Amino acid sequence: MSETSPTFEGLSLDCRGMKCPRPIIEIARRIREVSVGALVELLADDPAAGPDLAAWCRMRGQTLVASDPPRFLVRRES
Amino acid sequence: MDSSSGEPMLPAARQAWLDAQQAGWGDPARLHRPGRLAAQALDQAREVVAATVGARPDEVIFTASEAHANQAAIAGLAVGRRRVGSRIVTTAVDHSSALAAAAATGYHTAVEVDHDGHVDLERWAAAVHAPGTAAACIQVANHEVGTMQPYADAAQICQRADVPLMLDATSALGRIDLAEASGWSVLTGWAGAFGGPTSVGILVIKKNVRWRAPYLTDDYQDGRWPGVPDVPAIYSAAVALDCWVRSGRAVGDRQHDLVDRLRTEIVQRVPDVDVAGDPVRRVPHLLTFSVLYVDGETLTLELDQAGFAVASGSACSASSEHPSHVLAAMGALTHGNVRVGLTWTTSAEEIDRFLAVLPPIVAQIRSTVGAS
Repeated sequence: MSETSPTFEGLSLDCRGMKCPRPIIEIARRIREVSVGALVELLADDPAAGPDLAAWCRMRGQTLVASDPPRFLVRRES
Repeated sequence: MDSSSGEPMLPAARQAWLDAQQAGWGDPARLHRPGRLAAQALDQAREVVAATVGARPDEVIFTASEAHANQAAIAGLAVGRRRVGSRIVTTAVDHSSALAAAAATGYHTAVEVDHDGHVDLERWAAAVHAPGTAAACIQVANHEVGTMQPYADAAQICQRADVPLMLDATSALGRIDLAEASGWSVLTGWAGAFGGPTSVGILVIKKNVRWRAPYLTDDYQDGRWPGVPDVPAIYSAAVALDCWVRSGRAVGDRQHDLVDRLRTEIVQRVPDVDVAGDPVRRVPHLLTFSVLYVDGETLTLELDQAGFAVASGSACSASSEHPSHVLAAMGALTHGNVRVGLTWTTSAEEIDRFLAVLPPIVAQIRSTVGAS
């Protein structure tokens, strides 16, 4: 679940193979493990992950820093 | 509350269908009495549609569905304009049948929309003016979120560029006054959207438009749609449309208020809900919202158990692996999606009950998946 990918040092959530809303539930649950300002990497290959992560960031005041499916980077803002 | 993919037949339309089965069953091309009665009924139906959209009766064609009408409109404009080029311009939120027809034609440019679903008119103009544009396509109002497009402005841009416009009026026919709408070349609609039979699509082609049938035709409907028309269904469709045009205004006002109430109260009663679309400039009867952390299929089935039939644009609950292209293009949340379409008879009491059952259903699903 939280393996660190070779290129990313920090919290990485591997949600590949999961259907939405599961990847969004995972990042919502785990983002508090990092401090405000830090990045979380999310790997998700469900076609809804891109739009839903962007919408979740908008609704929850977080920032989607990079969206390159299946890899996404979110910065914790609050 | 699932009128977004067809509302139950209005009683007057059902009665008209039965009556027409008695008297108008004949082949309208025949000279015998049943044939003449059928031809009369067909003419009346054309007149009703023509008056509603500001066209001439002989410009009205009846197809077999909304998808057929959209495909015929776009492919026919593309054939008529093939010397100019093969680019079809649509918005990113058009009906999937229009998007598929545009993609099949050659070059397809889907112009982006804003968060409420309105097309970006500057990008629209740039795409329409690009060399090789055969035709453009826009909706009066979106079929999922209800947002009305700036279709009059979009039509003007097309006229200036000398590019024919297909106006998809499916969600608007009978609800939005289109008698004065101008600047379109081909207009499409579908009887299922206004309480007529689901088997009747509407295609209106203005006389001076370079449209060529993109399929084999015969003598029926002036060589624009083949096969003997299903006159009882078409007649019934016209009666349904006439009901909306003549006495639907009060119904539309009531629907508009009920959707306003849903828009306001759902976000008060359920935390983390994303309500989509333009709150004001919209068709009266449609509402789409998405519930964070909730799976659309589960939500739809739970609401069904509670006595509410709703649609969903979420991937798992739609008929595809992909979420609604409309929601994705708008940047709206796609999971946990509920699409409500009020019908002629939806009452304030039903809305009260919906608002009462939704919060505990959502809370229960969220607690099951460990999200709150």
